[in-house]
Amino acid sequence: MTKGSGLKATAWALGLAPLFWTSVRFFMDDLGANPIEALLHWAGRWALILLLVGLAITPIRRLTGWNQVIKVRRTVGLFAFFYVTLHFLIYLGLDQGFAWSFIIEDVLDRPFITSGFLGLVLLVPLAVTSTKGWIRRLGRRWQQLHRLVYPAAGLGVLHFYWKVKADTFWPLVALAILLGLLLARSPWRALKKASS
Amino acid sequence: MLIRKPGKISESEVTPYELYLNRRRFIGRAGRIALLGAIAPSSLAAGDLVPGEAEAATLGPQEDELTPYEDVTTYNNFYEFGTGKADPARNAGTLKPKPWTVEIGGHCERPGDYGIEDIIGRFPAEERIYRLRCVEAWSMVIPWMGFPLKDLLEFVQPTSRAEYVEFTTLYDPDQMPGQRRRVLDWPYVEGLRMDEAMNPLTLMATGLYGKELPNQNGAPLRLVVPWKYGFKSIKSIVRIRLVEDIPATSWNLATPNEYGFFANVNPEVDHPRWSQARERRLGEIRRRPTLMFNGYAEEVASMYDGMDLRRWY
Repeated sequence: MTKGSGLKATAWALGLAPLFWTSVRFFMDDLGANPIEALLHWAGRWALILLLVGLAITPIRRLTGWNQVIKVRRTVGLFAFFYVTLHFLIYLGLDQGFAWSFIIEDVLDRPFITSGFLGLVLLVPLAVTSTKGWIRRLGRRWQQLHRLVYPAAGLGVLHFYWKVKADTFWPLVALAILLGLLLARSPWRALKKASS
Repeated sequence: MLIRKPGKISESEVTPYELYLNRRRFIGRAGRIALLGAIAPSSLAAGDLVPGEAEAATLGPQEDELTPYEDVTTYNNFYEFGTGKADPARNAGTLKPKPWTVEIGGHCERPGDYGIEDIIGRFPAEERIYRLRCVEAWSMVIPWMGFPLKDLLEFVQPTSRAEYVEFTTLYDPDQMPGQRRRVLDWPYVEGLRMDEAMNPLTLMATGLYGKELPNQNGAPLRLVVPWKYGFKSIKSIVRIRLVEDIPATSWNLATPNEYGFFANVNPEVDHPRWSQARERRLGEIRRRPTLMFNGYAEEVASMYDGMDLRRWY
């Protein structure tokens, strides 16, 4: 076993556990009176959680000096993209029944849907360029490109905030975590600049 | 016959004969359920909910099936017990629907505090099967037990100054733990225009599926206005006032551009954040088209003649 493989396995377990558990509940008919809505919300929730976990990895490494943790960043990021995609497919198929006129109207006219859709669009190039080959080919520009994850996460939080009717508690928790993670990295950038 | 044919039915919605037969069976079953409610002592305390002339209302030609009791009682918007759909069923055990007093006041001849037993005893319960359309674009079909609000209002005799009816839910954070967080401006308030309140479809519900109203569904007394979005059908009512001015209602205060006072089900007027043209009937996969006034246009549309429903959403 190579160093860090236990960590990788943990990341895979974290990514797959929700899928496994929800599949069990689905087949046991344990998703409540509105299983389509339950699945839609479940996938969206895990997309956002894993996006925030992915964004937390660099701050964790810097704060704790635990360098190994960086090895799971790609895995976590790709799982986040997996749940975003699943969320979108559930919306298109199960929720909207592929009624394209309604879907297009939603995406174009309703900021609540537009924000989520834009977040997804921003994540696509990041998922595509997540391979070693692309990292090599893009060089410095890879890092610049992957900063798109910040606006994507911001749009995800906004989408979540616009989804709720009155109870904004969890969207605000997500926002606080996102802002916290952004603040956690800016001092390092400032320090680096100052020392160079 | 309480629910007549909803107006304008497209060709595709006309029920095939076989389904029609099924529905006749279903209506028969519903009738039996109503009867069961009347005679089964297990679920009913003595004197409660004795349906005088329990009559199973029929549904229109659209294919409507009763939403299972389990779904009706575990998927609720009742923020006084939490904002998740499953929260009310989990948390509503703290509500004590007995004893219960409803304060009736304002512009009427017989104001006073009425005990829930008095109310239930005075107005015999009948069964009404209604569609319930939530503003969130899902719907159910529920066999309510209750009496027309009209009967109660005629009993308390509104004066000529009464233009609106204002309803208030219990405020007691010990019984309703969701009220500890100010998600809405507690207590919950709803209202109807007098003609809406007097419409024969408007029901004060005391039970469902022939049983007493479960706490999470608004025990012991709630409003049911089937042509309006569900949030108008206020639960666990402690006060009814006859007033001159339009009541300030909770969701309208919270987000006025999204929730109007009237809140009539209208597939042509979208919620700012989602379409109201279709709905998911719980238990179904594909969305179905939403009907004008939730399919009760024939009974209620005339009350809104000449009103711009886009403005008065």
